[in-house]
Amino acid sequence: MLTHLGIWFFFGYVIHMFVVPLNKIVIPILGFPLGFYMAAQGSLIVFVVMLFVFARQQNRIDQEHGYAEED
Amino acid sequence: MATQTTTSSADAFYKQLGRMYGTYTGGFLAFIVFLALLEQVGVPNKVLGYFFVFFTLAVYAIIGVATRTAQISEYYVAGRRVPAFYNGMATGADWMSAASFVGMAGTLFLLGYDGLAWVLGWTGGFVLVSILVGPYLRKFGAYTVPDFLSFRFGGNTARFLGVIVLVCCSFTYVTAQIYGTGLIASRFLGMQFEIAVFAGLVGILLCAMLGGMRAVTWTQIAQYIVLIVAYLVPIVILSTKWYGIPFPQFTYGTALSEIAARESQLIKDGLAILCTKDACPPGTLRPHIQPFMNYTPLNFFGIIFCMMVGTASLPHILMRYFTTPSVKEARDSVAWSLLFIFLLYFSAPAYAAFSKLEVYTNIIGRDLNMIRPWLFQWGELGLIQICGKNAANLQAVLEACKAIPNHPGVLRFQDFVINTDVIVLSTPEIAGLPYVISGLVAAGGLAAALSTADGLLLAIANALSHDVYYKMLDPNAPTIRRLTVARVLLFFVACASAALAATKPADILAMVGWAFSLAMAGNFPAIVLGIWWKRATTTGAICGIIAGWTICLFYLVTSRYFPQAGVTYFGMSSLLNPETGKALVNVAQVLADPKWLADVPASATNPLANRVGWFDLNNINCGLLGMPLGFLVIYVVSLLGKEPSREMQAYIDEIRKPRGRTILEEKT
Repeated sequence: MLTHLGIWFFFGYVIHMFVVPLNKIVIPILGFPLGFYMAAQGSLIVFVVMLFVFARQQNRIDQEHGYAEED
Repeated sequence: MATQTTTSSADAFYKQLGRMYGTYTGGFLAFIVFLALLEQVGVPNKVLGYFFVFFTLAVYAIIGVATRTAQISEYYVAGRRVPAFYNGMATGADWMSAASFVGMAGTLFLLGYDGLAWVLGWTGGFVLVSILVGPYLRKFGAYTVPDFLSFRFGGNTARFLGVIVLVCCSFTYVTAQIYGTGLIASRFLGMQFEIAVFAGLVGILLCAMLGGMRAVTWTQIAQYIVLIVAYLVPIVILSTKWYGIPFPQFTYGTALSEIAARESQLIKDGLAILCTKDACPPGTLRPHIQPFMNYTPLNFFGIIFCMMVGTASLPHILMRYFTTPSVKEARDSVAWSLLFIFLLYFSAPAYAAFSKLEVYTNIIGRDLNMIRPWLFQWGELGLIQICGKNAANLQAVLEACKAIPNHPGVLRFQDFVINTDVIVLSTPEIAGLPYVISGLVAAGGLAAALSTADGLLLAIANALSHDVYYKMLDPNAPTIRRLTVARVLLFFVACASAALAATKPADILAMVGWAFSLAMAGNFPAIVLGIWWKRATTTGAICGIIAGWTICLFYLVTSRYFPQAGVTYFGMSSLLNPETGKALVNVAQVLADPKWLADVPASATNPLANRVGWFDLNNINCGLLGMPLGFLVIYVVSLLGKEPSREMQAYIDEIRKPRGRTILEEKT
C-alpha cells in the first residue's frame, strides 16, 4: 500500500517538478516533449495500471490471510 | 446449493447486462448513421438536433421508469449488486460533468501546460479513493457518507456536520450542471434558455425520482456510452483528416511542435507579444508547452493536490462505491472508473492542441477579410470577440478593428478572445464535418451534465431524507413514508437548483471548483482518520471538521469578497504574477477604493480568482489550509480525550477485513 502511495506521489508530483528539463527531450516519432507528455498522458496511464495492480494485490493479500469474502 | 443458485442468477444477470448495453450501443451507432442519412436527404439541421436530444432523453427516461423501485436498499444503494465494470462506467458518467466535457479542453487551450494540473488532479484522486477510502466504506455498509461519520463518531452532531458539508459542496455543483443542460439545449435547439433549463429538469427527475440509486446507475451507464462516443468521434475524424492516423492522442504531438513553430513565427512577425520575465500583462502570448506561466509552481501542485483529495472526499462519488456486491468488487470498480474517465481526459489535450493549431494558422495572422466563417455563429452568441467586440459578422469585425489606432488589418494575437466552451463544441465545424456530428456532441454534453446532476441530486436528497429525516427526526418512519420523503425532497431540491440556474448566477457557477476544496477540508481528515486511526475520538472529529471547513470557507470568502478586510485585519497581501513575480494589485489602492472589487479584471478561466491572500495561494486551493488543520485538530483533541470504547475499536478492525457482514445493518 505504501509503495502504491509512493508511486502515486512520484507520478503525481515529483516528476512534474522536472518538467522544464524533461521538455527538452522529445519523444521520437510521436514528437511530444517528454515533460508535457508525462502530465498529459504518462502519469494517467501509470495511475490506471497501478489501480488494477493494486486491486489484484490487495485481493490476494486478503485471501492469503483468510480475510477474503466468500463468494 | 443456495450459493450456487445465487451465483448462477448473478451470472445470468451479468450476461444479460452485457447483451443489453451491447444492443444499446449498436442501436445508438445505427441511430447516428440514420441521422447522417437524413441529413444527406436534406432534413434541416434544427430537426436533426431535436431528434438527437429527444431520442437520448427518451431512452434515459425509459430506463429510469423501467427500473423504478419501492425497496429501501434498492433506492439508496441499488441493492448492492452492481458489477464492478458497470459501476465503473456509471462512476465515469457521474464524475464527468458538463465542465469536463465542454470546458476542460478549453481550459487546456488557454492555459497550455498549466491546465494539465486539472487533468492530473481529476484522475489521480481515484488512487486515493481505492487505497484509503472506498473499499472500507463499502465494508462498513452505510447508505450515505454522513451515515459513516455518525456511526464512527457516535451521534448526530457528526452526522449533521457531514450533511452540511455535503449539501454545500453538492448544491452549487448541481446548479452548474442544470445550467449546462440549459446552455447546450438552447444553443443547439434554439430554445429559450429558461425553457431549456426546465426541459433538462424533467429529464433529470424522470431518471432519478422513481428508482433512486438503482435507476440512476443504469441510466448513467447509458449516458456514459453516449458521452464517450460523442467526445471521441469528432477528434478521431479530425486526426484522420489531418494526419491520416485515427488516434488523436498520438498525433497531437506533431501538432504541438507545429504550434511551437507558429508561436515563434507570430512573435517574429509582430503579431503577438511574448509574456516574459519583465512584463506579462493579460493578452500576451504564453507558449503552449511552457510550464508555470499561469500558475506558480505552488498553485500548480496545489490544484493537483486539492482536486485529488477533493475527489476522494466528494460524497456523490464515494456513494457510488456503496453499490457494489463486495469489497473486492468495490476495489476493482475504482480501477474501472479511472479507466473510463481516463479515456476522456487523455483526449482532452488533443482537442486543445488541434484547436490551437487551427486558430494560430487560419485565424491569427490572416487578413481580416479572410476570417473563417465558422467563427461568426459563436461570435453572435458573444463567445468569440475580435478587437474587443462580438465577432457577429465580417462587417462588425472590420469596424471594430478599424477603431483601434494603427491596426495592421491583419488579425493579431491580442485581438482574439475565445470562450473556453467553444473549443469542443466548434471542433466539428473546424474539421468541416456534417451537422450530425455537432448534434452528437450536443447530445454528449447533455449526457455528461444530466448524469452528474442525477448523482448529485441523489446525494443531497438521500442525505436529507435518510440522515436528517429518518435518523434524526423520525427513526420509526415506515418504509413507504421514508421513500415518499426521499422523492419529495429530491423534487424540491431539483426545482430549487433549476430555478437558481435559470437566473444565470455567474458566481455560483464558478464556485464548482470550490466544492473540491471544501469537501477536502471538511470530510477527508475525518473519514481517513476514522478508518485508519482507532484512537480518533468523537470530540476530535467534530472539532476537526469544524476547524478545517471553517478556515477553508473563510479564506475563500474573505480573499474574494472582502479583500479590504483581509488586508486590514488578517494580514493578506497581493498575489504575485507567476511569470514576473510582481504584485498583481497595489494593496494601498485596494484599501483606498471601496469599489475596488468591481474593477477586478475577471480571468477567463476563473471568474472567482482572488487578488489578495496568504502565501500567494489561489483561493481555489484553500483545502491546502483546511485539510492539514483538520488533521492536526483531530489528532490533538483526540489525544486529549478518552480513548474510544473497546467495541468501537473492534469495529474499526472489522472494517479493514473484507470478510464477514457489513457493520451497519439496515432494516428494510
